[in-house]
Amino acid sequence: MLGYLLKRLTYTVPITLAVTVVCFLLVHIAPGDPLNAVAPADAPAEVVEALKAAYGFDRPLPVQYAKWLGRAVAGDLGRSVATGRPVAGEVLSAVGNTLLLAVVGGAAGFLGGTLLGCLAGYFHKTRIDRVASAISVVGVSVPHYWLGLLLTIIFSARLNWLPAMGAGPGGSGNWTWDLAHARHLVLPAITLSVIPMGIITRTVRALVAEVLSQEFVQALRAKGLRDGQVFTHVAKNVAPTALAVMGVQLGYLIGGSILVETVFAWPGTGFLLNIAIFQRDLPLLQGAILVLCLVFVGLNLLVDLIQPFIDPRMRRN
Amino acid sequence: MRFFVSVDNLSVRFEAAKPVHAVNGVSFDLAEGEVLGLLGESGSGKSVTLRALMRLHPDKVTRYGGAIRVDGQDVLGMAPTALDSFRGKTCAMVFQDPILAFDPVYSLGRQISETIRRHEAVDQATARARAVELLERVQVPSARRRYDAYPHEVSGGMRQRAMIALALACRPRLLLADEPTTALDATVQIQVLLLLRELQKEMGMSVIFVTHDIGVAAEISDRLAVMYGGRIIEQGPLAEVMREPSHPYTQGLLASTVTAGMRGRRLEAIPGMPPDLTALPPGCAFAPRCGLAVDACRAAAPLPVSAGGRQVACVRAAFPGTTKIPRPARDDTAHADHQTSLISLPVPEGPRC
Ligand SMILES: Nc1ncnc2c1ncn2[C@@H]1O[C@H](COP(=O)(O)OP(=O)(O)O)[C@@H](O)[C@H]1O
Ligand code: SF4
Ligand SMILES: [Mg+2]
Repeated sequence: MLGYLLKRLTYTVPITLAVTVVCFLLVHIAPGDPLNAVAPADAPAEVVEALKAAYGFDRPLPVQYAKWLGRAVAGDLGRSVATGRPVAGEVLSAVGNTLLLAVVGGAAGFLGGTLLGCLAGYFHKTRIDRVASAISVVGVSVPHYWLGLLLTIIFSARLNWLPAMGAGPGGSGNWTWDLAHARHLVLPAITLSVIPMGIITRTVRALVAEVLSQEFVQALRAKGLRDGQVFTHVAKNVAPTALAVMGVQLGYLIGGSILVETVFAWPGTGFLLNIAIFQRDLPLLQGAILVLCLVFVGLNLLVDLIQPFIDPRMRRN
Repeated sequence: MRFFVSVDNLSVRFEAAKPVHAVNGVSFDLAEGEVLGLLGESGSGKSVTLRALMRLHPDKVTRYGGAIRVDGQDVLGMAPTALDSFRGKTCAMVFQDPILAFDPVYSLGRQISETIRRHEAVDQATARARAVELLERVQVPSARRRYDAYPHEVSGGMRQRAMIALALACRPRLLLADEPTTALDATVQIQVLLLLRELQKEMGMSVIFVTHDIGVAAEISDRLAVMYGGRIIEQGPLAEVMREPSHPYTQGLLASTVTAGMRGRRLEAIPGMPPDLTALPPGCAFAPRCGLAVDACRAAAPLPVSAGGRQVACVRAAFPGTTKIPRPARDDTAHADHQTSLISLPVPEGPRC
């Protein structure tokens, strides 16, 4: 068990290094010269040279990488070309907002999906199953941004119940736990929850139906266990796989909410990436991608580390 | 005499596009402390019969007919809560393959103590101590440590012992054993069988023991019932049925068994296929494979005829004067070993095994 944990931990080292190399190289393989964003196209040669030296672009790549990595480890991801502010600060606050949205939206989706999935699995091939499965299909196939726009039109424009933009009153980018801010969270979280809801419904439905068809469920009934007690057994069998799928989904929510964040002007990493790409702000882009990838690696690690604690079949040694 | 278990004309049908007539009019009685061996090919309806005794089949698709009484209780008419208390307490089951019958994510001991706590008002510590005692009783070594082991962590024999401990947790008066040794190696098979017999004697339980292995049935049963096509075609005291089988199918089974004296000889397996339970013929289900079949056999299913504690359902056996059906030649030293020998061959498996 301890061996497994250590082994799993060591695996993340090369992955993390690979992530940093890719993020570093991103600046150099991206089309166009990173200096274009800061220096005018007709800038004199000596100005370009000076800028190159200032950003360190005149050194050999491995040296640049080593220096960059050293600074990144110390928490310095450089400065945004566009705003001149430190990238680390911008990225961290954006990651915080994205995590918040992903966790709240994900939790809503996972809760709804688990509920619908259990119902569908328990009442396999009945009308309840068909209704739940239909909801799940709609959830997976409805386009994110379209749903976001629809919700905005209905609940913001028409009914004026909920705000449509930003993470707080007056476009505040700093989240605080109060009602005024929470109101801003509702629509983007609902929009984001729809896909994981559909996927978790499908997953849990299949898992529950599969577990219920196993011999041991009959054996539990043969012991005289009541329905509720049998359900506890089913849940514990379904949990490991369901949680693993939820971990992957949470990863997608963190990495893939660009469209939703853009529709709702939610100041998260998706929104930030959008800005960075359009303004060709390479340090910002690099920093945002690096932090996102690290969050992803960390999340996978967390899921793998939790797994053996909830699934005894994985505790081999 | 009041029997402890009394099954009267039980039928079990599974609703589907093609309904499965798995059990078709099974009747038998079992006294307290008696062991009934239920013998038959794979797919003959043994497990379905056994599970019906606990009403374990899925409610939605199962149609029961007839009556089952256990300890004076009407199993098929019981309210759900009474049924839950009946299961595991009055009547318990040992499943064929313990790796499938144990919940993989609960420890073995937990699954035993859970059963105890379901039926008796004891705390976890007491239940745990009882479970460890039970594991010791079924000869699981270092039982205290094995309590926390998960099903995949122990050997097949150990798992089956734990399954027996689980079944015996609340001292049931009727034990249903569904081929409990089939999934085990030969040597472990014998150990588990001996253990079951010993526990049965000690606790005075009634046992219904399903098997497709004549040697195993001979080892443990007081009475033997032979199933074919969802019917009991012959039943009676073990020794009598073994010595003088009167149904052509039973005769065929015994002829195809290898005993010590017959080793090396070619088996006379019964040619043909087991019947299709979705389309049973109106007459005797064995007719297509029976060398003695006559027109009367195909007209209507032969009703069981009883005489002196024995019962047989065969047209030819029912007619006066034809009860003694010519048996295939076999040497007489052979079946003398039957009752003690475990060296035997399973009944030929059907295509669905
Ligand atoms: N739940 C079920 N639904 C439909 N058919 C079933 C079900 N359970 C068992 N059967 C069928 O009933 C027949 C008898 O099965 P079974 O009693 O398990 O045979 P065996 O004598 O080998 O134990 C088989 O053909 C099997 O396919
Ligand atoms: S009833 Fe007829 S077909 Fe059936 S076993 Fe007896 S002799 Fe054979
Ligand atoms: Mg069976």
